[in-house]
Amino acid sequence: MNPILINSRRLALYLSAWGPICAIVLYLFVSLGGLTWARAAALGIPLCLIYAFVCLSAWYSCRTIPLENSGAWLAHLAGALVASLLWILIARLIADLLSATPTFSRLDQQLAGVYRILFGTGVLLYLLAVALHYVLLSNQAAQEAAKREVEARALARESELKALKTQVNPHFIFNCLNSISALTSSDPATAREMCIRLGEFLRKTLGIGEKSQIALGEELELVHAYLSVEQIRFGKRLSLEERTDAGVLPCLVPPLLLQPLVENAVRHGIATLAEGGWIRLEIMNGSPEKLSIRIENNFDPEAPRRKGANIGLKNVRQRLDTTYGNRAKFDVRTNEDQFQVALELPAEKSA
Amino acid sequence: MKMDSRIRTLIVDDEDLARQIIREMLQKHSEIEIVGECSNGFDAVKAVAELKPDLLFLDIQMPKLDGFEVLELIGNEIAVIFATAYDEHALRAFEVHAVDYLLKPFRAERFEAALELAKQRIGKKMPASLEQLSTTARDPGQYAERIVVKDGTRVQIIPVEKLDYAEAQDDYVALASQGKKYLKQQTISSLEFALDAKNFVRIHRSYLVNLERVTRLEPYGRDTHVAILSDGARLPVSRAGLKRLEAFLKGK
Repeated sequence: MNPILINSRRLALYLSAWGPICAIVLYLFVSLGGLTWARAAALGIPLCLIYAFVCLSAWYSCRTIPLENSGAWLAHLAGALVASLLWILIARLIADLLSATPTFSRLDQQLAGVYRILFGTGVLLYLLAVALHYVLLSNQAAQEAAKREVEARALARESELKALKTQVNPHFIFNCLNSISALTSSDPATAREMCIRLGEFLRKTLGIGEKSQIALGEELELVHAYLSVEQIRFGKRLSLEERTDAGVLPCLVPPLLLQPLVENAVRHGIATLAEGGWIRLEIMNGSPEKLSIRIENNFDPEAPRRKGANIGLKNVRQRLDTTYGNRAKFDVRTNEDQFQVALELPAEKSA
Repeated sequence: MKMDSRIRTLIVDDEDLARQIIREMLQKHSEIEIVGECSNGFDAVKAVAELKPDLLFLDIQMPKLDGFEVLELIGNEIAVIFATAYDEHALRAFEVHAVDYLLKPFRAERFEAALELAKQRIGKKMPASLEQLSTTARDPGQYAERIVVKDGTRVQIIPVEKLDYAEAQDDYVALASQGKKYLKQQTISSLEFALDAKNFVRIHRSYLVNLERVTRLEPYGRDTHVAILSDGARLPVSRAGLKRLEAFLKGK
């Protein structure tokens, strides 16, 4: 469907552009065709109104013949000839009808000058309409391309988010299974407990990646499930301090926002300290619309470097970025033997 | 059976439970004597010096020093069985002549097989040769980020960016870092292999230099040059070394 016809505002604009055109046509009828103003108006106004719609047919030829085609203008010129001949025929018809009334008697015999005018302006106007439609078409193409680009970007972002929702670190599972293997003979009850906790953690991670947002409370459950497993592995070496403001739990956050950071704190903090270390987790909403999260841990700066710390941080940073853009802050700080990640994000609650 | 004919065994792992399962699996072997357990790399190096074990169960990712660094410092006279959750170091483990590489969690049969291999190795008493020292190996695409040196009973860690140059001295290399020199039992070639060639250039048969430290080159005698480092040290540059050095300086 013609983009001018489907939009009433665009149609009104298009028809109002025909006002001056119509005035010019009437003037030509009077000055070159030798008609009186009244006769020119009676014939010219309906003619212009009809031709305005005839010109809209250029849409179809413009759409089927791209401008790049070498024969495009020839085809449109032919279209213009047909359109203006049609216009002349319509003029003839209107004049015949008008001649029947006493006011416009013998109008049909004054048309010789009018035909020339109609032919010339008809071709010109049709070609103008062709140009207009090409502009509209390219406009539409540009808009569609922009829309497609936005869609593609959204799609890319979504797949990126999916990729960022990384799998559970397999080495964590291998080490857990090794601990369970050790416990089965020395402490079967704890072995069973560890199986159950590991199972709970894995189950919680299962569906979570598909969601775009989860309640902070749910994320914290995942963190606790993870830490309860690590607690058996590391025993006294792992100590956790936690402070969570009341009321933050229903806030929505991207899934797997905190768990990877806490896992980092264990792998690159606790695991480097033979005598053990601490992890501090603070979640506050100082102002009602902001959520401040801080994860701190100590580590051995002299320990051999382990791979993967930067990947985890980069993932969380990117996930914040894709979800909140510049409405979120991500800050990483190392101070001698202490490591701190501070997040700030909008406190959004589900409606 | 005489006490001293038993195989003296040391277990090194930072996780209690991981040590426990090895201890448990060793229990039924009367020929094994567990002489100690360590939970980090420093303690392991110290314990090896004091307890002189024949067999070492060694984790890789540990506090202080990783398993490979421990191995570098203790030489390869001791039979080593790695036990780790990571499979990506297996190749390197065999390059440093580990007896076996156990992936956690392991079954008892697999453990027994590793132990059997270790006993054969210990029975043969393979002589250690310098060329086989562990530093020749690294994970593919990975360069050493630090060098560990035994300094008496202490372990010195030199980050590679603080290494000025290395000089070959018979079976040792002298490592110059921040005005001090440390001796390490290693060939200069194996050190060169472990370091990133973008930063360290062999300017002479006996010298490996940190490019960052070279301030200028001066001709010295007919065919040779001398490199002057930022701390004023003067190192000989051979003809081949000059070519290598010039190629690097041009590339920078």
